[in-house]
Amino acid sequence: MRPFSAKLIIILLLVVLAGFLAWAILSLPFDCTALRTQVFANLGNSGVSNPVTAVLLNFRGYDTLLEIVVLFLAALGAWSLGTVQLPDPLHPAGLFLLALLRILLPAMVLTAGYLLWAGAHAPGGAFQAGAVLGSACILLLLTEVRFASAIVRWPLRTALSAGILVFTGVALGSMALGGRLLEYPPHWAGVLILVIEIAATLSIGVTLMVLFIGGRLSEADGTLSVKSTGQRKDKQ
Amino acid sequence: MIWSQWLFDLPLALVLLWLAWRLLTSTELFKAVVLFIAFGLLMALAWVRLQAVDIALAEAAIGAGVTGALFLSALKRINSDQQKDDKGQADVKGRNV
Repeated sequence: MRPFSAKLIIILLLVVLAGFLAWAILSLPFDCTALRTQVFANLGNSGVSNPVTAVLLNFRGYDTLLEIVVLFLAALGAWSLGTVQLPDPLHPAGLFLLALLRILLPAMVLTAGYLLWAGAHAPGGAFQAGAVLGSACILLLLTEVRFASAIVRWPLRTALSAGILVFTGVALGSMALGGRLLEYPPHWAGVLILVIEIAATLSIGVTLMVLFIGGRLSEADGTLSVKSTGQRKDKQ
Repeated sequence: MIWSQWLFDLPLALVLLWLAWRLLTSTELFKAVVLFIAFGLLMALAWVRLQAVDIALAEAAIGAGVTGALFLSALKRINSDQQKDDKGQADVKGRNV
């Protein structure tokens, strides 16, 4: 009877939690417009015309800066797990898959660029574009191991840290120009947001790829070695 | 709310709950991962219905795409580790299909 009573207690606790959450959500006012009126009142000064992007990158830009730092720390955490070797695929990527990738990957890069640009006036933005870019990198990793040997140390690390560096540079630069932290000069707000978003997109895409790899890529003499049958092969 | 909106929203909510139940209680891990990807896509639909299109884009790309790929990669490593324990070799990379 012990497991049954334990399950009963857990079920009761979950029902209480679900009831509390339902009460909390249903007691919210149906129309909360206080923040919305404030956002739309200041939308003209923010440099973009999409309210979500304005809130993310201008009004609450500090939160987005900290989010990008968190992503960077996640990549460092994945790297601290140790070295990993990208496995040989069981069979090399077939003709059909390679042909599909030749069409799909440029389309994905273009979609990422479009989402980045459209974030200013429509739903989109850096995180969505970075996610599509990360998916493109993961797709490439899954099929073509030779791509991995082109990831040498410094391009990867530059791409990983580009988001933080550009965002912090803009933040400190705005302080150097006399404003407070992340207070963009009003005429330059749109341009600065675009520059930050480009760096953040690159950073997020590469971070997702690093999280998928799941560790540091082991390198030997600068080229990537892929372990297949216990012998180390150097791939160009 | 208009009843025609409920005609779409209520089945969507119920299917989300049912999918969550099925994937949490399924015995095969691969089936659970595939159901998780499907759950992510339906969740993106739910975000669109809540008029949060930015979140829907992010959910479809990250929740269904990247997290699904991460789960499948982790599943492959779990299976290859189990096969390594079973066979005592160091290089068997099994695919769980």
